[in-house]
Parts: sequence; C-alpha cells; structure tokens
Amino acid sequence: MNTFHYTAPNKRMRLSAPSVFIALALSVVVCLHAPLSRSQERCGAGNALEASVEEIASGVYVRAGVTATMTADNAGAIANVGFIIGTEAIAVIDTGGSACDGSRLRAAIRARSQLPIKFVINTHMHPDHVFGNAAFVADGPTFIGHHNLARALAARGAHYLEANRDIMGAAALAGTEIIAPGLPVEDPIEIALGGTTLEIVAHPTGHTDNDLTVFDRRTRTLWTGDLVFLEHLPVVDGSLKGWLAVMDALKKIPALRAVPGHGPVSVPWPRGVADQERYLAVLVEDLRGLIATGRSMNDAIAVAAESERDKWLLFDEFNARNASVGFAELEWE
Amino acid sequence: MSEAMIAMPVRLWRSCLAIGFLMLAAVALAPAPLSAAEDVWTDLKPDLFDERPIKDGSQWLAIEAPYRAHDAALVPIKITALKPQSVDNYIKSITLVIDKNPAPVAAVFHLAQESGLASISTRVRVNAYSDVRAIAETADGTLYMVSRFVKASGGCSAPAQKDFDESIASMGRMKLRHYTPRPAADAASTPVHEAQLMIRHPNTSGLQMNQVTGYYIPAHFVDEIAIRQGGKTLLFIEGAISLSEDPTVRFHFVPQGTGDLSARVEDTEGNVYEAAWPVEPAAMN
Repeated sequence: MNTFHYTAPNKRMRLSAPSVFIALALSVVVCLHAPLSRSQERCGAGNALEASVEEIASGVYVRAGVTATMTADNAGAIANVGFIIGTEAIAVIDTGGSACDGSRLRAAIRARSQLPIKFVINTHMHPDHVFGNAAFVADGPTFIGHHNLARALAARGAHYLEANRDIMGAAALAGTEIIAPGLPVEDPIEIALGGTTLEIVAHPTGHTDNDLTVFDRRTRTLWTGDLVFLEHLPVVDGSLKGWLAVMDALKKIPALRAVPGHGPVSVPWPRGVADQERYLAVLVEDLRGLIATGRSMNDAIAVAAESERDKWLLFDEFNARNASVGFAELEWE
Repeated sequence: MSEAMIAMPVRLWRSCLAIGFLMLAAVALAPAPLSAAEDVWTDLKPDLFDERPIKDGSQWLAIEAPYRAHDAALVPIKITALKPQSVDNYIKSITLVIDKNPAPVAAVFHLAQESGLASISTRVRVNAYSDVRAIAETADGTLYMVSRFVKASGGCSAPAQKDFDESIASMGRMKLRHYTPRPAADAASTPVHEAQLMIRHPNTSGLQMNQVTGYYIPAHFVDEIAIRQGGKTLLFIEGAISLSEDPTVRFHFVPQGTGDLSARVEDTEGNVYEAAWPVEPAAMN
C-alpha cells in the first residue's frame, strides 16, 4: 500500500520518514476518536432526520435536491437521489452530499421497507452524488459505478474531501469517505430487485468521463444522473461535444419519465432535456465564434452563452467554468 | 489502544487507512516542515532565487487571472509585457508560481530578444486559494515580480483530467494557431507575430492519490518545450504538473527569415514529440 511516489519538479517536495510516521499516527488517533457511526447517530435512522422523498412511480422514490451549491446548512443535499424498492431487494441510486445526507436517505428507506439494500449505484464521481456512500457500507451492498469511476475518484477524491471541508466545515462531513465501486460497469448490465429489473448503462464522456444511467423496466423510469439538468445550470466536467452526443442516444430510450440529477424529481421524457440541449448548443456556437476570431479563453469566459443567463439558476457559479472547458475542447477543431 | 483497534470493524480499518493516506498526502505536500506558515512565498523564495532582491514588476509586466478559478484544472493566466524586447534590455525569463499548489513552480519561460514581446498566456491548475505570481528576470540580471490572488474553485471541481482516455489516446498531437501580426512600432522594423502552441498531453500529477480504489496514477507531464524558428530558440519552457492538461502557450516572435517554426516537446517518460509549421500567418483577425 505504500506506493507513494512523486517525481518532484521542485526539490522541496519530498516525503520524509518522520512525516510518514506522523501521518499514520495521526490517522490512528483520528480514527479512534471520530468513529464513523457518530455522524450516523446524529443524523441517521432512529431520529427525526429522515429525508423527505416522493414516490414518482410505483416503488420509485426520489429525494429532491435543493438548487444550490453544497453548504453545511444543506448537508450537501443538492442532487436528486433516491431508491427503488423491488419485492426482494432495494437499489439506492446516488447517496447524497455527505455521510449525514446519506444516512437520512437510508432512514427514509427503512421507514418504508426492511428488504436488504443490495445495490448502491453511483451515477458519476461528483461529491453531491457519492459523498453519502459511507452511510450504506454497513448494509454490505454491491457498489456499482462506471468503469472509469474508480480512477476518477482516485484522481479527485482527496481534493473533493479537502475542498468541501473548507466550504462546509469538517463537522458537516464527519464520517464522509470516498468509496469506490466494487462492480465496474463497461458493457450494459441488468440487476434484478424482484418485480423489476434495472438496466445500467455506462456512457462515453459527457457530463464527466464516468456517467452511468439506470432504467427501471417496471415503471419505465430513466435515472439520468447529471446527464440531465433542469433549472440548475448544466455543468460540463467532461466533454461538451461528447455530452451532446450522449444526449442524442439517451433521447432514444423509451422511458415515460426521467429523474434528472438536478431540478424537478421527475420530468417527461425526452421532452425534459430540451432546455439543457438549447443551452449546450448556444455555448458551442458562441465558443466556436470566439475561437474563430482569435479571442482568448479569458475573453471567452466573460461573454459565452450570456444570452442564457436569465434562464437558469447558478449561472454565475458555473457558466464561466463551462466556457473554460468548452473553449479548451473546441479550439482543437 | 490495541484493544480498541482490534474491536474496530474491518470497514473502519479501511477508512482509517484512507484517512492515513490522506494525511500522508497532506504532510507530503506541505511545502516545508512546519508549513502551517501562511506565507508560503517567504519559504519558497530562497529556494528559487536565493537571497537575490526582487523588485516590484509593475513597470515591466502585468498578470491577469480570473478572480476565482472557475475550473480548478483549467485557469487561464495572461502575462503581458509592458516593454518590447529591446536589444538594450529585455525579459529573459518568466517564472510562474502558484504558491499553494503541491508543485508551486508551474513553469519557467525562457525568452529571447527575438521574442519581440515577452507576453505569455497559458493555463494552469489551481488547487486552493493562492497567490499566483510571475517573476521576470531581465537581461541585466534584475528580478521583477507581479502577482494576483486567485480564489479556489468550488467543491465539485478538481485539478484533474476531464477525459483521461482521450488525453492518453491523442498524446503528443500538436496544433499551432498563428494570429495576425501586430504592426511594428515603425515601418523599418519587422512586425511582431503572435502564435499559440497546443499540445495534447494528460500532464498528470503523481500526487493524485490512491483512496481505497487500488489506483495509483504516476506523474507524467511535459517538462520541456522548445520553440525554434530561423535557427533561433525563441521560447524554451520548463514545465511541471501545475500546467493544465493539454498544455498550451500563447507567445510572440519576430520571424528570423522564412524558416519553419518548430516545436520539440519532451515529457517525463522521455517521449519526444516534434512538429513544424510555415511562418506565413494564416490570417485570423
């Protein structure tokens, strides 16, 4: 496990034996004094802190995320997450933005069913979808994710934890840890819950390079994860052109409704993706124009997709980011 | 203590290991022992420039960066030279430093008098709230510094690759964009040309840590870029992991005759990529 290597371009960055010792000693101390269960006791089953969920189709429950960035006040509960109850087993689809958020979701499940939680599916790597995983570890489920998810979390997990501790405070993230999928999905798989089967598909790079969708055959409900945003400005963390292509493929899925990653808990399909499609198309068109006239990324992020400003929430938080990512991608055309 | 440890369930042990590695990372990445010190630059400066004095650089250059890093992996930085590269004195190098990054020196740009203008644009990773500074050394050996503070991106952006497989698959591909030359100060001088070199490369950092995933991603980044034209090295860049994936640099040059402009790129695994382009500017207003 001690395969920590780093070819330092700067001579100051090196790992000394005492620092290794201090780090490992500290980790033991931290573990002894802050066991995982503490946060679960505070916000989990057995008290009033149970997530409010809506049954959008028979056996399909969604907890609506607030359209905001993750804060201590919202416990990271900003994404639409939920679960599907079969006749024999339960699958959780995304776990929320903290161990606390995850334990509230678990409490909502246990208020409705004592069936085993056999599967926890993560639709992609972002903290608001995976930070609640720890709340389900005790159930011993199979954690399912895109085959790129483990690599993506290896590259980002530590940064996600650190950055969000800065923003939310360490207490809000007590017990939160990065848990990688045990079952990586490359070709589509099916899982049986009794009474229904879930079809799980890994997509090419779009919102991220590890997006997964879940289709519930019984109710024809498509869980899109963050491949679909409504109200909350879409966030590009993969490929702009790739995402447009994935959306074309998703629209062909014969679903009655979709559960988007952000926005309403249920939207008619494929109509529900129209706003996002328009935004991404405007962004591509604006960026292509700016690149063709020799403008810099600095210039582009100030003006691209400005015409969409009033149509979305969190525009200022994410549009410049999308423009940066899109600019770097499209200038290779 | 040992009793408590034995009583811990396996998963807790796993999480302890994960926390241990995170702390290991935290300790390892600290720029110096006892690095709680807020002023990273005070620690860093002697390593980079010994005890040499550094003057305020606002007469020589300006640095532009977004107030907030919109995407932690892709922060545009523009360094504008305020004086031309004259034969009497010119900027011979610019060191770009991001104080709070695991590897603070993002790049050193070595410029020539024939660069015409020492303005440089590039893209970097910004891990945390940090000063970003450019230190220019002029031909007469004086150091000048300008800096900007950049706030970190939000909690769902990380300084990592967008599409890992794609960046590996297309590694080494290059593209040159040649912008319309700006008119010379007087009719007798050659106009200064502007171009942007783009390089496909994951430019990945070995600091990206294994959690409980079993993944370990070794450092693999572009460490040398040489841009030459007409027998002259116009720009030589020492790169590191704080440059973004698909590193890019926008620079200036005064053409030395009509020879091709060439780029030679080397990475830390010893891969060498080369490409060349004619200097006639493809018009781009």
